Amino acid sequence: MRIRIRYRKLGKVRFTSHRDVARCWERAFRTSGLPIASTEGFSPRPKMHFGLALSTSHESLGEYLDLDLRDPESAEVDLEQLPIELSSHLPDGIDIDAVAVIDRSEPSLQESVTSCIWQIEVPGVTAEELVTAVARVLSASTLPVVRERKGRPVSDDLRPGIVHLEVLDAISTEESSVGAMLHAELATQPRSVRPSELMAAFDPPLEEGRVRRIHQFITDNGATREPLPPGAPSMVLTSVSAT
Amino acid sequence: MTDLWPQIEPLLARVSKPARYIGMEGGAQQPQHAPDKVAWLLAYPDTYEIGLPNQGLQILYEIINERSDGVAERTYAPWHDLEALLRERSIPLFSVDTHRAASDFDLIGFNLSAELTYTNLINMVDLAGVPVRSADRRADHPLIAAGGHCTYNPEPIADFLDIVVLGDGEEVVAEITEVVGAWKRGARSDGDREIVLRELAAVSGVYVPSLYRPVYSGFDFMGLEPVSGGVPDLVEKRTIADLADFPYPKSQLVPLTEVVHDRLNVEVFRGCTRGCRFCQAGMITRPVRERPAEQVRSMVADGLRRTGYDEVSLTSLSTADYSGIESLVSDIVGASGDGPAITVALPSLRVDAFGVGIATQLQHGRRAGLTFAPEAGTWRMRQVINKLIREEDLYTAVEAAFANGWRRVKLYFLTGLPTETDEDTLGIAELARNCVEIGRKYAKSPSVTVSVGGFVPKPFTPFQWFGQNTIEELQRKINLLRDATRRMHGVQVKWHDPKATLVEGIMSRGDRRVGDVLETVWRNGGTFQEWNERFDLDLWLSAMAEHELDPDWFTHRHRTVDEALPWDHLSAGLHKDFLWQDWRDALAEVGLPDCRWTPCYDCGACTGYSIEHIVASATPPAGGSQGTGQDLSSSWVPVDLRSSTGVPV
Repeated sequence: MRIRIRYRKLGKVRFTSHRDVARCWERAFRTSGLPIASTEGFSPRPKMHFGLALSTSHESLGEYLDLDLRDPESAEVDLEQLPIELSSHLPDGIDIDAVAVIDRSEPSLQESVTSCIWQIEVPGVTAEELVTAVARVLSASTLPVVRERKGRPVSDDLRPGIVHLEVLDAISTEESSVGAMLHAELATQPRSVRPSELMAAFDPPLEEGRVRRIHQFITDNGATREPLPPGAPSMVLTSVSAT
Repeated sequence: MTDLWPQIEPLLARVSKPARYIGMEGGAQQPQHAPDKVAWLLAYPDTYEIGLPNQGLQILYEIINERSDGVAERTYAPWHDLEALLRERSIPLFSVDTHRAASDFDLIGFNLSAELTYTNLINMVDLAGVPVRSADRRADHPLIAAGGHCTYNPEPIADFLDIVVLGDGEEVVAEITEVVGAWKRGARSDGDREIVLRELAAVSGVYVPSLYRPVYSGFDFMGLEPVSGGVPDLVEKRTIADLADFPYPKSQLVPLTEVVHDRLNVEVFRGCTRGCRFCQAGMITRPVRERPAEQVRSMVADGLRRTGYDEVSLTSLSTADYSGIESLVSDIVGASGDGPAITVALPSLRVDAFGVGIATQLQHGRRAGLTFAPEAGTWRMRQVINKLIREEDLYTAVEAAFANGWRRVKLYFLTGLPTETDEDTLGIAELARNCVEIGRKYAKSPSVTVSVGGFVPKPFTPFQWFGQNTIEELQRKINLLRDATRRMHGVQVKWHDPKATLVEGIMSRGDRRVGDVLETVWRNGGTFQEWNERFDLDLWLSAMAEHELDPDWFTHRHRTVDEALPWDHLSAGLHKDFLWQDWRDALAEVGLPDCRWTPCYDCGACTGYSIEHIVASATPPAGGSQGTGQDLSSSWVPVDLRSSTGVPV
């Protein structure tokens, strides 16, 4: 049986890396006794499939993980209780908020997710200044960036990957009393645009404060949905505060 | 108190590996501070990745937090990127548990395991906002304490420490807490600092450097004498009689980020009486105290269940010597049953078929590499160092390893040992070549890695009188070995930088004058000196020159029998005349058996403290008391040398 889990990563634990979090999950499977299927071979690993990696120090309200449970033991697993039960074996700040059974034919998260929504604190600018900067980026026909791939500079255009940008609020940030909150939808296909790349594409480049992934979406034949199948509890977007 | 987290948090997105500053480990304590409690900040003077697994600190962390009058948190050396940001913003060193300022604690207790971390200790004291020299501290500054193996010669760092603790910390930490607690509850004034230090000096195992002063005659060191009456002439180490009374750590910390030794660790015994003459750990931790097998089994089972680790290491100085190791290991491997496979690791493997047999039982699945430590290239040299492994023992072990499916063997050696000749050095190449030859019978491309470390003579060993080899001499020997193995297919040679070996030597046997050098190196930016990319010999040599100290005098000179040694006022229980006799035996190439299974030769470690070896079995494990004279037919050895398929037998 394959299940898809949605979880949050908030607070101090945001400073762990994607790899660190993967190891926390592995230990949680062992301490919780969840009957997770393993790979064959000399060094069996639990069958877990992560979605898009989250950068160290970024928070998230919508991370996803697919797990294969061992049959027939999977029939005994109480999926309703699983979020609470398994979260208690994970570090503070990593909390499962929904789980659903998915079909094994479902494409992997890495293949299917097409865009992510981010909230990015931008210290040192007023909301008005940020609105002007955003308008400039959105009106650009191309946003060339050079990145290194296999030791060689490769030129790329970021503009097609910027789906939506919006200035939410004026805020004060950890670094500065003046700041604004940027809301961004960034594509992950055909290539992923990272928040840091977006910030560097502004002219002049903007500083990145606290960054939080809010949502991940799958767009399929024009229809947009979240990676959990319909019927799974929807996300609570409000009243989540970091510890 | 000050919670520094709001100030630290914005910095963490800008530094490497920020997870090492957040705490939150599985098993972490919930420190409850109170005005009448003694607050300890337990510190490791290296990065989180190196320091977190330290079992000594984890044991004390639990013992103190279990007490109603104590509370303990932890800290590690911030990497230089974070340090720069902290200094820029005047944020002090902080605990990782509740991000409390280091200066809010009553004591900062460092574990000292390596000489090259001394400048990190000074740097952390400074980052805490505490004067680096004990003489400049006032009543409201934390007491700076140190324990760990390096404290058997604390003199190089003595001026920076208020108290030094010798030996096992499990019991003495309680006594120190009580003394400091009584002091804390009274009114503190500047004169009080000396009062509490005097009271601490009365606790057995505690050395207060400021209450002793060095005496020199010209340049010669003549000894340390008490500044005034009321302090002991000789400070004895502490030894817990029975490891069974201390089943710690009970909830080993599980870090969220990767660290060294990232597995469950269960200490199966403390102490070692093999008597390897270069080995300080084996000398200062005597006698042998085994943990009962039943307790080991339950610590392993509970630990695995609680932590979620799938690997456990049975730790000690020589785990294959644990009585009943075979049944212990098969119980642990068997106990995992249908559950997830458990890997059992032994930190050191004995050089004989018995050791490999145990390893065969342990390592399911892929067999990457096995490590042996013959330590020297010829039998003569091994008699000098009392590592009595015959060539046949090594070859049998290596054959067993290759026959059982291992493809890589790593061999550890020391160079720069007393009486070492080029023949001994070239003997290392010879051993390596023969090991590859043996491997060819079982594998197409067997690999043997030779790892060579420069020998640093340590206090409280028979080699404490020996003049260390110079950088040039060590490098010459390494080159000799490198040239000799250059055309040996399958043999790789790796070595420890002889320049670092020199600095370790200065700190290992230096006296209080070396403290000025430490301070100068630290002031010139010399932190994290145990990291290759940060080590800078010139910093050390120029500081030695600035303070008119000669590295030759401290390291390369042989000491004489009547010479005062900077650690003569401390005691690890060992009689000095035993050590001197053992030094003479070494030079005469005479070996000494393991006293666990042969009559006592009165080194002093048991008799001096009225304690005894605690060994469950009176018969030595298969392989004999020193791994020699093995009679493989008399005892079950789980190795089948006929197997050539690599399939476990």
